[in-house]
Amino acid sequence: MLELNSELAARINAHGAKDYPHECCGALLGTDGAAGRAVRDLLPLSNRRDDSPRNRFAITAEDVRAAERAATERGLDLIGWYHSHPDHPARPSEFDREHAWPWYSYIIVAVAAGVPREMTSWRLTDDRARFEAEPISPAAAAGAAAQTSSPVGGTH
Amino acid sequence: MAVTVILPTPLRVYAEHKASVEYEAHTVGDALDRLTAAYGDLKKHLYTPDGRIRSFVNVYLNDEDIRFLKQEQTPTKAGDTITIVPSIAGGAADASARAGA
Repeated sequence: MLELNSELAARINAHGAKDYPHECCGALLGTDGAAGRAVRDLLPLSNRRDDSPRNRFAITAEDVRAAERAATERGLDLIGWYHSHPDHPARPSEFDREHAWPWYSYIIVAVAAGVPREMTSWRLTDDRARFEAEPISPAAAAGAAAQTSSPVGGTH
Repeated sequence: MAVTVILPTPLRVYAEHKASVEYEAHTVGDALDRLTAAYGDLKKHLYTPDGRIRSFVNVYLNDEDIRFLKQEQTPTKAGDTITIVPSIAGGAADASARAGA
């Protein structure tokens, strides 16, 4: 379960819409512990793939280091990344999987004709074989039975 | 000849949650070999199946990217710090056959 409030989700959607038809990307800053994983802030980043920004994104090592510093300054951890799939479903591609790191949360927002649609989150399995869907919750479940929300893997 | 290897957050779970480890090593590759020998689950995340460092794994020796040094053969000395830094890439399924990044 990944907690992501509606304000942060709206910021990801807005970034995806602004950069359409290119892929947007950014860092998820938050907390990870026994109580679960929660996004508390975002760090929008520049897509470094100038050659094919419509279907690829890249975040350099220097940008990763900057994101780690930003998280530390805010008392948070760098817990993952978000990017958009312009005119494609919010599902990780084989290219996503090949380049993914374990542990991080990967949020994908589908942007169809400039309009943000489905948002999903994924985590790479330990054996790198596949992504597993990570349900997104708009508010802390607080250990209680969370209401069904933000289903992943919807239809397109 | 101890060098310190600093691990990125996503890999610490495979190394007993350690942020850094120290090894006696004469080259960067030597230190990485000792790291993956100690924590075997790290290997598939750092190396391709044919044994090359993955393209999105960046290794720095005292803030210098080893790609601009002698790569894994870069000599180390006591007190050096090797830092593993991720770079992040991905994208939609279209043109998935394209190599790169």
